[in-house]
Amino acid sequence: MLEIRGIHSYYGQAHILTDVSLTLSKGEIVVLLGRNGAGKSTTIKSIMGMVRVTEGSIAYDGEEVLGEPANRIARRGLGYVPEERRIFTRLSVQENLDCGRQPAREGTRNWTADDMFDLFPNLAEARHRPGGTLSGGEQQMLTIARTLMGNPGCILLDEPSEGLAPVVVEQIIKVVKEIKAQGIPVLLSEQNLYFAGLVSDRAYVIETGHIRYEGSMRELEENDEVRQQYLAV
Amino acid sequence: MGVYLAQFLSGLASASALFLAASGLSIIFGVTRVVNFAHGSFYMLGAYFGYSLVRNLGGGALGFWVALLIASIAVGLVGLLVEVIILRRLYKAPELFQLIATFGVILVIQDVVFWYWGAENLLGPRAPGLSGIVRIFDVPMPVYDLALIAIGPLVLLGLWLLFNRTRWGVLVRAATEDREMVGALGVNQSLLFTGVFVLGSALAGLGGAIQLPKGDANLLMDFGILAEVFVVTVVGGMGSIFGAFLAAVLISELNTFGILVWPNGTLVLMFILMAVILIVRPTGLLGRPETIGQKTETGPVEVVLPAGPHYKIFVAVVIALLALLPLLVDDFILVLVTDILVLALFATSLHFLMSTGGLVSFGHAAFYGGGAYAAALLVTYAATPFELALLLAPFGAGLLALVIGWFCVRLSGVYFAMLTLAFAQVAWSVVFQWSDVTNGDDGLLGIWPAAWASGTATYYYVAFVVAAAGIFLIRRVVFAPFGYGLRATRDSSLRAAAIGIDIKRQQLAAFVFAGVMAGLAGGLFAFSKGSVFPDEMSIPRSFDALLMVLLGGIESLSGPVVGAAAFTWLHDELITFEYWRLLLGVVIVALVLLFPQGLGGAARHHVGRYLKLEASPGDLRSATPKREQRA
Repeated sequence: MLEIRGIHSYYGQAHILTDVSLTLSKGEIVVLLGRNGAGKSTTIKSIMGMVRVTEGSIAYDGEEVLGEPANRIARRGLGYVPEERRIFTRLSVQENLDCGRQPAREGTRNWTADDMFDLFPNLAEARHRPGGTLSGGEQQMLTIARTLMGNPGCILLDEPSEGLAPVVVEQIIKVVKEIKAQGIPVLLSEQNLYFAGLVSDRAYVIETGHIRYEGSMRELEENDEVRQQYLAV
Repeated sequence: MGVYLAQFLSGLASASALFLAASGLSIIFGVTRVVNFAHGSFYMLGAYFGYSLVRNLGGGALGFWVALLIASIAVGLVGLLVEVIILRRLYKAPELFQLIATFGVILVIQDVVFWYWGAENLLGPRAPGLSGIVRIFDVPMPVYDLALIAIGPLVLLGLWLLFNRTRWGVLVRAATEDREMVGALGVNQSLLFTGVFVLGSALAGLGGAIQLPKGDANLLMDFGILAEVFVVTVVGGMGSIFGAFLAAVLISELNTFGILVWPNGTLVLMFILMAVILIVRPTGLLGRPETIGQKTETGPVEVVLPAGPHYKIFVAVVIALLALLPLLVDDFILVLVTDILVLALFATSLHFLMSTGGLVSFGHAAFYGGGAYAAALLVTYAATPFELALLLAPFGAGLLALVIGWFCVRLSGVYFAMLTLAFAQVAWSVVFQWSDVTNGDDGLLGIWPAAWASGTATYYYVAFVVAAAGIFLIRRVVFAPFGYGLRATRDSSLRAAAIGIDIKRQQLAAFVFAGVMAGLAGGLFAFSKGSVFPDEMSIPRSFDALLMVLLGGIESLSGPVVGAAAFTWLHDELITFEYWRLLLGVVIVALVLLFPQGLGGAARHHVGRYLKLEASPGDLRSATPKREQRA
């Protein structure tokens, strides 16, 4: 579904990612684990064409997307949920959802705003409130819902649990499982090993821009050495 | 009572055109983060298009309104061309380049209008069916004014519906907050930007067209409306369409009532209004503070290094050559080089403000012209001797800079640039209109240096010594603690404040210093030409200075000197053509598109590596912190 081979990414002159490769298959949830600044968000932004990538290849559905602008990559069906949520604070919840809307796409579910309100009852109540007045957890749900409105064939979910209360994290876990149930693959970036363990099938560990480990989630949970060296848990 | 009501309605009527133009600017800026300096030119084009179309579409009421509408659409199409050909390539460039490019567009449009419609003011046609008079409380009132009063709120309503009831409008609002995110959701930003630019341009065009029956179409309206629009935007709050409407009404009412109370003082009243609003609400009536993500970056700034050994030798050779120049060349060349020296000082003062202070001023000519007028007024009215007048000129300019700077440093980024432009236009208007003192457009004549300095070669030496001293002083300040403090403030005002730097005072001091130096250049200029005209204060002169800085490359301290020479040469080559503005405009746009680092920057990039023009980067760079990395 999504195949990244040997990419090198830069912010200005700073070399952030070195030879990063990873794959995501249909129906699978893969987590990219690493500490702050390890390169998780940069990897996801590289896939979305939001960071300068100088080498390598990024194929989605068998087609090369490297070098395309973000909007075209999104139109191919890659749904991006950014780390800082980046909801439109002065737009209402409903308007935020409208911004994410894209035409129906073959082979994936066609979500409507009502589906979103079923999935996230909190948002239904806040429908006409400006996004900026929502709580952190509600904003996180809104940003996921906004991306689902684009009927994505694959979702890149950047640190969804960051800074959220455990009870909200539980809700997010439910949503991720629901997405998985729809057969939509997810590339998740996380620091929270507990969260990752509950939803992920496979894991990659990234450190200073290099992939250091790759394996099934269970293997990683049993591998104390890797966890201590790169994740400090 | 009736008189006041009539006056109030008349103010509302003139607010409409102003509101249309200002809302267009605001919408464009909100999404693209480009301050479209050519906006005044679009307004002017709307007036000229409207004039011709009304004449061709016949006298009927339908023909009249259709003509205005077509004029607006035509201006929208011009906007489309400008966006697709020029601006689209510059969205990621530093904002200075966008502004300079739109200034190139101003020049092109000026000459095209001049070529097609001529220099005569074209009196606007009356609106068929609305040319009569109604009596309101026995005071006569043009019917067309009532139509204008309706147009403003109607357009406001239309825009509100567009932005709140259509998906396109919602996307535009979303892009105003976070355009990258809108792209990541699958929206084609290019199309959105183009659409917004066309809409904004068409609004400006409509503004220019609807004011025709009340006024005329003339070649001065582009800068005139631009300054007013900037004031409206600063007062109303950038990005707020309601704010633009409110401010347009406020300022138009101030003008119409101001004329009753204090006929010559409307500009001063506008100043006072702006001052009060900026003190109470720095972001304007309905504006929001810039959120961090929106801040436009000035681009990566290279560390300015002290001169290396080779560079010092190079400068010494240039100075020696300049000192010997009168022995080598004729008077014609000498006058040309005098001009270059004066402009080099002027450009260096602006460059100091921009690169060291991080403050991009679009009205720096106010102080150049201010110095020139200070000297000329002293000579004309106080019979001040040449030496004293030349010495006092910079202080006159400095005083002006203190007043203007006091307002401007409250703002930052493009707001700062807009406000400097607005103030410079006000200063120009004062000089242009106050003919009892300044002789208006006829200028002040007979401003000659003392007998000992009046020879071409002698005055050349005077200009050479003064300009060189000024430039070295500026350079000295860049490497003084004050200069370091300024650079710290420029790179991170928050951190600079945290280590105890009074940011606003620092910036004001820089503004005044740059003004003083520009005033010194202006004084030199006045005595070299023997006369001063309002042109020296005008917006095009401010842009000349920006162009010199751009030509020389913003990142090198010697850039403005090179830029002044290149500019003077270019100007001399082009001025022989009738449509030199058009050519200059095209050259500017081409330069910005082809050499985004400036000519000097490009040259240094290629040559500098071989010649070791600066101290070795290793000496200093290890001591400078690396740019923060994000991952």
